[in-house]
Amino acid sequence: MAENLALEIRNVTKRFPGVIANDNVSFNLRKGEIHALLGENGAGKSTLMNVVYGLYAPDEGEFLVNGKKVEINGPHDAINYGIGMVHQHFMLVPVFSVTENMILGSEVTKGTSLDLKRARKEILEISEAYGLEVDPDAIVEDIPVGVQQRVEILKALYRKANILVLDEPTAVLTPQEAEDLFRVMRHLTEKGVSIIFITHKLKEILNVADRVTVMRRGKVVGHTTPAETDQQGLATMMVGRDVLLEVEKAPAQPKDVVLSVENLTIKDERNVSVVKDISFDVRAGEILGIAGVQGNGQTELAEAITGLRGIDAGEITLSGERIPFEKPRWLVEHGMGHVPEDRHKHGLVLPYDLADNMVLCTYYQKPFAGAFMVRNRDAIQKNADGLMERFDVRAPSTAVAASTLSGGNQQKVIVGREFSRPLKVLVANQPTRGLDVGSIEYIHKEIVKMRDEGVGVIVVSAELDEILSLADRIAVMFRGKIVTVIDAKDATREKLGLWMAGSNPDEE
Amino acid sequence: MDDQAEKEMSTSSGSWLGRLWRTIAVPLAAVLLAMLIGAILLAISGADPIKAYSALFDGAFGSMKAFGRTLAKATPLIFSGLAVAFAFKAGLFNIGAQGQLLFGALVSAVAGFMIHGLPPFLHATLALLIGASAGALYAAIPGALKAYTGAHEVITTIMLNYVAINITDYFADGPFKDTTGGNIVARTPEILDSARIPTIGNIPLGFVLAVLAAVVVWWLLWHTTLGFEIRTVGLSPHAAKYAGMKVAFTVILTMVISGFLAGAGGAIETQGIVGRYQPGFNAGLGFDGITIALLGKTHPFGIIPAALLIGAMKAGASTMQFDAGVAKEITDVIQALMLFFVTADMIVRKLIHARDDGGEKITLSGWGQQ
Repeated sequence: MAENLALEIRNVTKRFPGVIANDNVSFNLRKGEIHALLGENGAGKSTLMNVVYGLYAPDEGEFLVNGKKVEINGPHDAINYGIGMVHQHFMLVPVFSVTENMILGSEVTKGTSLDLKRARKEILEISEAYGLEVDPDAIVEDIPVGVQQRVEILKALYRKANILVLDEPTAVLTPQEAEDLFRVMRHLTEKGVSIIFITHKLKEILNVADRVTVMRRGKVVGHTTPAETDQQGLATMMVGRDVLLEVEKAPAQPKDVVLSVENLTIKDERNVSVVKDISFDVRAGEILGIAGVQGNGQTELAEAITGLRGIDAGEITLSGERIPFEKPRWLVEHGMGHVPEDRHKHGLVLPYDLADNMVLCTYYQKPFAGAFMVRNRDAIQKNADGLMERFDVRAPSTAVAASTLSGGNQQKVIVGREFSRPLKVLVANQPTRGLDVGSIEYIHKEIVKMRDEGVGVIVVSAELDEILSLADRIAVMFRGKIVTVIDAKDATREKLGLWMAGSNPDEE
Repeated sequence: MDDQAEKEMSTSSGSWLGRLWRTIAVPLAAVLLAMLIGAILLAISGADPIKAYSALFDGAFGSMKAFGRTLAKATPLIFSGLAVAFAFKAGLFNIGAQGQLLFGALVSAVAGFMIHGLPPFLHATLALLIGASAGALYAAIPGALKAYTGAHEVITTIMLNYVAINITDYFADGPFKDTTGGNIVARTPEILDSARIPTIGNIPLGFVLAVLAAVVVWWLLWHTTLGFEIRTVGLSPHAAKYAGMKVAFTVILTMVISGFLAGAGGAIETQGIVGRYQPGFNAGLGFDGITIALLGKTHPFGIIPAALLIGAMKAGASTMQFDAGVAKEITDVIQALMLFFVTADMIVRKLIHARDDGGEKITLSGWGQQ
């Protein structure tokens, strides 16, 4: 069987100070297969792949490429052995063209100057051979994320990779773009490329993988195939206990309208309307889900409601009071909670410790500050201790920087901070993006709890499953408009998918 | 405990002392390296490095009088170092401390000779406050430009330094020129005795004020809500906006406080040392603030020793020139090398095998991003 293996990893151990990231891990990749590597955040998947790619030196272990033992001492070696890696965060120069990005680091030259013409031709050939369409002359910052990812994959193929490592490739993609990617992946394997697919999304694995290896706490805990298992089975293997994939919730008990959006129009920096004349209400005690493909105005809408962005027409009222725009503090003081879309950019100050992050919006209020702007350390500490306990934040102490926490724990810090204030309205924008199953389960439960306590909740999400399992009513956005608001009971994936794509399922 | 928590445990900083050592290891090594290279340069030019350095040390700490001179030299440097470091905390690189300091020096001199009839303590305090406020106002310009137009403060403050040099030159050679005794040099008249900041024994009162200023800055940054706002704006303007902070206002206020500190440095130099405003006497003090802020790791309590070090080199340079026959410009070379090594800290970390905070972060982000 050995001759069928494109890559074999034997007994790799990688230690970081105080933690074993990979503990005697073995893994193999057959030629032309998609082998999923599944595990929660911190399970050691990316570490293993960084070891394979030569970014980390392993403490123990060996590698075989095509049955031959090899030494990988850096990405350069990895590339020579035909290993290509597409990172979660793209390594592209935004202002360069696709061609320029592609040849970066292995430039084709004619004399002393770049031979862009030849490079362009080669790229077109490769993109045709593998069925990956790109415009070689497009500037990277102008093309959609899904296409940028295609450029990353082409970049690896251009360097003659036949083993591709895709690190959480769908984290940044819309459902449609993800489908495209899966098509491309299958196509690549037909052409003889072998793919390691790192993910923690169960549905994708069932959808696209040939085999699955599950990691937990630095160790391989099992192997399976999509035919032998289902989502629940994978989740249990990954987390090590039974998890609830669906939120358990009682029917909503909606009360008075707490947030009302009327004829809202928002223009972006280029003066293009991104939100067009939108109106809707949110009642206390219900969850309104806002579905839509990323980039159809949801971000701008959420930013306007939460005071991060100005508007061009319309008004928003919070319990009958018109809200002033771009005044997040007014909103904090009037019962608005906000779990922002980008927790690193808006939600946290990463170098701050947890205690400071937990008073980020209320630091100036009593008891956190007294006379003469003096901060009250004891009160801040007490608040942090309470929230750590109540929201199950896993960290050695409240004095560690937020940057050292996993995504799930970072989100729990934000959720703890926002949910512990007296709220009337809560806006949760992509509340579980990039989180592992255990954290998703927890945050969904907390959101439902807020609803049951009488808060009007808006959940914006690109994940249909999240919308379907959380929302009581669902509004679908398409090109800046709300195209429909339907009761969650009547919604199906298919129906929502059609609305999201701009067509009306009831007419067809 | 799960592995995530374990990982977090391992990255949390160790003991208090260990943290302090990690903070000061690089600046300390930078200073020693600069001195070493300075010694090599001295040896190449035919001088005896040991003799030169001991003369330098003698001139700075050899007697109470020498020590007093070091304190006097360090005083404006503490202020300009604090000014630069304070702006750093809001993410602003105030290269304009020099210009703000010049305005502080000139305006306090004007207040020192034009206002008559005040009791000494009141007059000195008033002149100091007016001088510092002049620096603050001058710094408000780049602050407002940054806040409302996005103009980068590095560019605007550099430009405004030239404006400050020329305006202060003009006033010292024009409207406020000293005309007593047929003076033709560009300078203001001497300030009144009531405006002087005295030296008690060998300790200049200005130095005490500088140390007090460092304590106030430390308290402001880490114990008040204003400091929290300033640091938040510096670390993440987006998060600051999310948190309801007024980002533009905070940027301007930070520049104003930074300029106030620089201006106070200039005023104290005028009222405590020079006794009038004379172009050239304050040259470079604001720029030295950049070196000192970086050498002091932009912490108020790091700035005091950093300023004392540079102050000592300035104080001892003349003695070194007399006793060892070495051009005193060598101290400028050493100072420049210190700045070089402290900013190119990767080199220094390699040399002393210090734990690389930056590298650790890279490792961590790869490890945490799964």
